[in-house]
Amino acid sequence: MLRELSETKPAAALEGRRPAAKPKQASGFWYVAPFLAAFTLFLLWPIISGLWMSLTNQSLTGAGGGFAGFGNYLEAFGDKAVWQSLGNTAVFTLLTAAPLVVLSFVMAHLVYVGLPGQWLWRLSFFAPYLLPVSVVAALWQWMFQPGFGLINATLSAWGIKQVGFLDTEGVAMFSVVLVTIWWTVGFNFLLYLSALQNIPDHLYEAAQLDGAGPWRRLVSITIPMVNRTTVMIVMLQILASLKVFEQIYLLTNGGPRGSTRSVLEYIYDTGFSGYRLGYASAISYLFFALIVVIAVLQLRVMNRKAS
Amino acid sequence: MSTKTETLRVPGPTTGTGASRAGKTGVLKVGGLIALAVLALIWLLPILWGITTSLKTEADAAGSPFKAPAGGWNFDAYLQVLRQGDVPLWMFNSLVISVAVTVLTVGISALAAYGFSRTEFRGRKWLFALTVAAIMVPGQILIVPLYQQMNAMLLTDTWAGIVLPQVVAPMMVFILKNFFDTIPKELEEAARIDGAGGLRVFLTIVMPLSRPILVAVSIFVFIGAWNNFLWPFIVTNNPDLLTLPVGLATIKNAYGVQYAQTMASAILAALPLLVMFMLFQRHIVKGFATSGLGGQ
Repeated sequence: MLRELSETKPAAALEGRRPAAKPKQASGFWYVAPFLAAFTLFLLWPIISGLWMSLTNQSLTGAGGGFAGFGNYLEAFGDKAVWQSLGNTAVFTLLTAAPLVVLSFVMAHLVYVGLPGQWLWRLSFFAPYLLPVSVVAALWQWMFQPGFGLINATLSAWGIKQVGFLDTEGVAMFSVVLVTIWWTVGFNFLLYLSALQNIPDHLYEAAQLDGAGPWRRLVSITIPMVNRTTVMIVMLQILASLKVFEQIYLLTNGGPRGSTRSVLEYIYDTGFSGYRLGYASAISYLFFALIVVIAVLQLRVMNRKAS
Repeated sequence: MSTKTETLRVPGPTTGTGASRAGKTGVLKVGGLIALAVLALIWLLPILWGITTSLKTEADAAGSPFKAPAGGWNFDAYLQVLRQGDVPLWMFNSLVISVAVTVLTVGISALAAYGFSRTEFRGRKWLFALTVAAIMVPGQILIVPLYQQMNAMLLTDTWAGIVLPQVVAPMMVFILKNFFDTIPKELEEAARIDGAGGLRVFLTIVMPLSRPILVAVSIFVFIGAWNNFLWPFIVTNNPDLLTLPVGLATIKNAYGVQYAQTMASAILAALPLLVMFMLFQRHIVKGFATSGLGGQ
C-alpha cells in the first residue's frame, strides 16, 4: 500500500531534493520495512494490546478475562502498595540522580586534566558498568554480607556495630542507591569525558593569557561548554532511575517490608507472581503516563534553560 | 577528533598542554592524583575482593577477609564451576543471543537509517517522527503485554523469543541517521552514475564510510544484549536457554553460601566484556563522541 503510493507520487512533491538523489525513491520504503515490521510487532502492538489488557481482568493463567472498564485504574489509585512503590521510586530517583551527575563529572574532569595513568582510571570507573546486573548483585551481597562481608568485617575490626545493609528498613534503600551509583556512574563518566575532549584547546589558551586561574576556567569555560551534555545526562538519568528494577529485585527483592520495592517491581510481582496481567498493565500505563509527564516537563525546563 | 583521542591516550607528550590548559600547579596535580587514586580504589575494590574470594577455598572464603587463606590461593572454585558446566552453557547462550541481537539490530537499524536519510517515500517524515518519539517509551513497562504476545506467537522459551523483541532500537536508528546525514551526497552520486543500485551504494559506499559509528553502535548493542536481564528472565523458563545474567541469578539461591564458587562464576561472567573493553577502549570512548551522545 505504502509502496504503491510512493511509486505514483508526483515528483513535484520531492522539491528541494537534487535530481541525482531521487532515482531510488520508489524503493525507499523497503529500506525501512524490516525495522518497521519489528517496530510494529514488538513495540507498537504491545503498547496497544497492553492498553486493552489494562481494561480487562485478564490473568496469566488465561482464565478470567472479561471487560473491567476503568476498574483496574480505580483500584490502582486506592492501592497502598502502588503509592508505596511510587514513593520508593521517587526516593531512589532523587538519591541517585544528583550523585550520578556530579560524581561522573568530577571523575571525568579529574581524568581529563591529563594526569598520568589514563587507561587505568578509565577502566576503574567504567568497568562496573560492563558487569551484568547479577554479577553486581553477587559482588555486593558479598560486600554487605553480615559477619565476614568486607564492609561489616571492617566495621567489626574498628569496633563498630555491624549493619544489616540489605535487611534493615531505612538502610536497604541507601544500600541499593550506593550499589546503583557504583554500577552505573561509568556511563555518564564516559559521556562527560568525550564531551570534555571536544572542548577546543584555544579557549583555555585564551583564558590563560587573560590570567584566568584553574577554578575560573572550570566555571567559565568547562562547565558551560559541557552544558548540553549535562542537560542530556540529567534527563537520561532521571528517566533511567525511574525505571529501576533489576538490582533491587536481585539485592532485596523489594524488602524489607516493601521498603525498596520500585514501581516496576510491583508491576512484575503483580503480573508474573500474582498472575493479574490486567491489573499489572493498568499500573504500567499509569506509570507510563507519569514518565511522559516528567519527560515533557524536563524538556520544557531544559529548553528554557538552554535558550 | 583524532588528535583529541591522542591527547587522551598518550598523556606523556601532551602533559605540556594538559598542564597549561588547566594551569595545574603542583599542589593541584598531586591533589588530583590522590583524589583519582582514592576514587579508583573504591571503584575497583568490590571487583578485587570478588577476585580474591574466588581464589580461595570455600572454608577460607567464609573466614576473615583480612587474613591470608589457610588453604592457599588456588583455582579450585573456577575448576568446580567449569566442571559443573552451567556457566559455560550460559556463556554460550549469551554469546549466540548477543551476536544475533547485534547483527540484526545493527542491520535493520542501518537500513532504516539509510532509508530515512537518503530516500524519499510517502510517510517518511511521519515514520521517522514516530521512531524518534519511540525513544521515549520505556520498554520495561511493556513486559506484560509483550510476554502475552510472545505466548500467543509460541515464542516463549525459544531463542527467537529472546532475540526478536531486543532488535527494535529506535535510538540506534536515530544515531545512524544523524551520521548518514553528514556523508556528502556527491560520493553516492558518482556511484549511481556508474549504474550502481540503491542497495549496492548502501553496501559499498555508505557502510564502509560509516565504520567508526557502526563499530560504536555494535559495541553498545552488544553490551546491552549481553547484560540484559529482565527480558530473558521473563521470556524463558527453559534451563537450557538461560543467559549468563539470568543463570547467575539462579546460582546464588541454589548454592547458598558457596561464596568462592559464586564469585568465580561472577568473575567468569564479567571477563568477556572487561576484555572487550580493554581491547576496544579507544573505539568505545570515540564511539561516545561520534555517536553524538557525547558531542557538543
